[in-house]
Amino acid sequence: MSIEFRKELFADERDDNLNEIGKPTQRQDMVGHVTGRSPFYDDHLFEGLLHMRCVRSPHHHARIRSIDVSAAASMPGVKRVVLGKDVPRNLNTLLSLLDFGLDDEPLISERKVSYKGEPVAVVIAESEHAARDAVAKVRVDWEVLPHVLDVEEAIVPNAPTVNETYPGNCFIYHGKYTHQKLRYGDVDAAFAQADHVIEGRYQMSPIEQAPTETCGAIAAPENNNRYVCYTSTQALFFSLGTAAKLLDVASNRLHFIGGTVGGGFGGKVDSLHEPMAILGSMLTGRPCKYMFDRAEEMQVGAPRGAERWYVTDGVMNDGRLVARKFVGYFDSGAYTRLSSYAIIKAVGHLPGPYTIPNVYADVYCVFTNRTPATAMRGFGITGVDFAIEAHMDKVAEQIGMDPIEFRILNSYRDGDMKAHRRLAKNTALIECCQVAAEKAKWSLSDQAKRQNSLTGGGGERAQLPNFTKTDENGRVEGFSTGSYAQKNKPGAPAQPPQPNYQPQPAPRPSAPPPAPPTAPPPQTPAAPPPIPRPTTQVQDPFSAPTPTPPNPPQPPAAPPGGAPRRTTRFSSISGLRRR
Amino acid sequence: MPVHVETHANISDAARALSSARDGRFFGGGTLLMRALNEADQSIGTIVRCTDPVLRQVRSEGDRIAIGAGVTMAEIMANRDLAFLAPVARIIGGPAVRSAATVGGNLFAEPPYGDFTTALLALDASVRFAGESGQSTPLQDFLRDRANRRGRVVESVMVPRITDPKALRFVKVTRVKPKGAALMSIAAWLPGSGGRGCRIAYGNMAPTPVRAAAAERALEGASLSEQGIARALQAATEGLTPPTDMFASEWYRREVAPVHLKRLLLGQGQ
Amino acid sequence: MAKKPVQFTLNGSEKATFVEEGQNLLDVLRRGVGDLTPKYGCAQGTCGACTVLIDGEPHLSCLTLAETVEGRSVATVAGLENGAALHPLQEAFMRNFAAQCGYCTPGMLMAAKALLERNPRPTREEVVEAISGNICRCTGYEAIIAAILEAAGSGSAASKGRG
Repeated sequence: MSIEFRKELFADERDDNLNEIGKPTQRQDMVGHVTGRSPFYDDHLFEGLLHMRCVRSPHHHARIRSIDVSAAASMPGVKRVVLGKDVPRNLNTLLSLLDFGLDDEPLISERKVSYKGEPVAVVIAESEHAARDAVAKVRVDWEVLPHVLDVEEAIVPNAPTVNETYPGNCFIYHGKYTHQKLRYGDVDAAFAQADHVIEGRYQMSPIEQAPTETCGAIAAPENNNRYVCYTSTQALFFSLGTAAKLLDVASNRLHFIGGTVGGGFGGKVDSLHEPMAILGSMLTGRPCKYMFDRAEEMQVGAPRGAERWYVTDGVMNDGRLVARKFVGYFDSGAYTRLSSYAIIKAVGHLPGPYTIPNVYADVYCVFTNRTPATAMRGFGITGVDFAIEAHMDKVAEQIGMDPIEFRILNSYRDGDMKAHRRLAKNTALIECCQVAAEKAKWSLSDQAKRQNSLTGGGGERAQLPNFTKTDENGRVEGFSTGSYAQKNKPGAPAQPPQPNYQPQPAPRPSAPPPAPPTAPPPQTPAAPPPIPRPTTQVQDPFSAPTPTPPNPPQPPAAPPGGAPRRTTRFSSISGLRRR
Repeated sequence: MPVHVETHANISDAARALSSARDGRFFGGGTLLMRALNEADQSIGTIVRCTDPVLRQVRSEGDRIAIGAGVTMAEIMANRDLAFLAPVARIIGGPAVRSAATVGGNLFAEPPYGDFTTALLALDASVRFAGESGQSTPLQDFLRDRANRRGRVVESVMVPRITDPKALRFVKVTRVKPKGAALMSIAAWLPGSGGRGCRIAYGNMAPTPVRAAAAERALEGASLSEQGIARALQAATEGLTPPTDMFASEWYRREVAPVHLKRLLLGQGQ
Repeated sequence: MAKKPVQFTLNGSEKATFVEEGQNLLDVLRRGVGDLTPKYGCAQGTCGACTVLIDGEPHLSCLTLAETVEGRSVATVAGLENGAALHPLQEAFMRNFAAQCGYCTPGMLMAAKALLERNPRPTREEVVEAISGNICRCTGYEAIIAAILEAAGSGSAASKGRG
């Protein structure tokens, strides 16, 4: 395989002294890999190792009336059958470590299950076979409950409550809303004046990361009242914090060893194997292993969640996009895991790499009776990018435009304002389109070939909308605004809402209806406020609800003679540096 | 439950042990049974193995060939007399599966497995149980009542001797390349000129491999041309109720069956 | 559960151990005799991470009834090296960056060794077929195929190694 460097692009922005890129450097772990000596977690042998296997729910949604473990506990080789009551602090959410979300998931469920495969008891036995035999002997008396597997069906009134922490089946954003909002300009006004309004619906199924090494951990008592834990985790300190919290021990009593992972792809970020194995070790005083078999990895290993997106574009006859609206639903499965955070990433990414002066998004993190969803490569972005690019093709086709030229025309360029209210820099989509077209022998017009990312941006395209229409849709009470999904705590008064950031004063939206005097229901959808009218003179008629025709972003001019620039490109991978 | 494994040197001893064992299963190559043991399948109590050489033999019996039930897919591929079956054996799993998987085991394989049996069905094969000398059971009858045959030891499978390797055509339709479980497999045996006497079998279009009887009738006397096979393609799934499972829906199977059958009959590349 | 004694050769060395009835070879290699090079990926014959050679043929150790290797010869990656020198396949895998997470690598190497032992000069198609039962989820197939072809080109990959 060869790499082709296109060094003529942005040539004046690099000193081109690449020391590593393009030159093979041997990996330090390669000898271990080709000799089979790389130490994966399961390659640590312990005398007297015990094996843990879960009793799992056969139902999507059911109440546990009782669990009878007597037959299982008396089987040969069985050391212990563990129940939820044995977990010191049996409620957690991974992102609580980042103050992002409420504890909503038990390690071993005690009262009800909300997805097929949810663990309700764990057998610890001398061999894996003995553990499996004992699992088959545990009797659970289930009261099967109605379930909901579709994101939009889950958020209608009277849908079964999947997750008691969020009774409306939506994660609560900023303590206030049933969804994450993006408001930039006024899409409705722009749609009214666009030549075409084109809608699309896109959805992605859950995707299992399917690492070849299944998730697992081995824990054993160590000296000084500590426990050692060998684990396949991709996120050692997340796992350490999670184990310390669920087991209610100081993290310095846990000695985590990881780093050699047999494929993760995101699916080993929020595994719960470490607390389970350590709990087994605490209860038996013996080394314990808890690992998924392949069927568990596929059925209950957290996948990339399903997503559904509705995308509506307002576009002019000449191909300029004037508005884009998203309504998105992430299927979080039964518990929060990482989907709520993925949505923050997704919304920050909208409307994709295009300069569009009016953008709107409502994105919901929805709880359904499906396997909890987590990270997978590019999580939060991959799904909506699929929706955006599929929609770009659809719009191009409907207005009769070449799909690559349509992208080049609407590409963001250096200096353009993005919907998250930061100026675009280091943009390179136009060049990517041009090179892709060249490689695919796709002919482009001379006009499209002349475009570049360095010129044509900024100026009017750098301006924030003069008016941004906001609303209080999806407002809930009973949660604190102090964090992303805090419930009100006694003595911690709810903070006043943060002002919406607006470049120029605009009428404040009307206040939400007052909370009921007694314990509030978790969700009180507010009626949409009246549409505010702008009172100030607008400079950018395009983003204002005035009767004048919409003015799309200034079409980029042909590039001048390549004015030299000496800024550093590609300086920030995560974008955090700019904050 | 704890599993008991007993090994017999003689096939009649093995057959007796299997018929009297509580929750007994016969061990062929292990590719299916070991998976069940690894999962601690609670329905298995006894494993009966047999090392009798008769199970590994391939021998001529007149115009037919008797393939021992313990012959592996790798051995089929290496046997010159069975060259017509080599392309079928080659698509069973990877090399490591083929050095274990046996002809006899494949007879009992549940969907999505059992592609080799699909080819055997198209060949009008018959099954000989341990202790039977002259007689054998037509494979079609065997499959109709397969669940009840688990308690008996298969000694061999009888197939016609085929010299023209093009007379047996086979396709395994998968979504994963180069190898994956079949959403359907199709075998066609064309013993005469054109469609005369042809036998067509599908895998994964029913709980066991099944014959495409309507398509066979439509091909009788027809030429293997686009026009000649048109009626057979129309009847490709007549009388069948293909399943909807994780590999494909019933609708999809009905839609693509004639497409793949057409390519197979016209000898077009898959 | 009753145990059975089993003797076999592992990478040229005699091994004797007790196995449980119904136990698979992968478990016996890893926990019984301490050869950790074959990996657990599925225990159902779909991933190939546990591939070993038995009397020179590739087998999935997770689907091999342990007691059936009585008197036979088992080869794993642990026997590929010749003293301190890597096997040509191992060197080719290194040169071609044919491992990312490394978990499928032992199975890939043994599948490749089985191929080169019976077919020292395989075509690319034959290489693809030889590893068609081995899954690499890091999507490194091209590098793996290149490594096997390169090792075959060196001509010495088939004969090296113990066991």
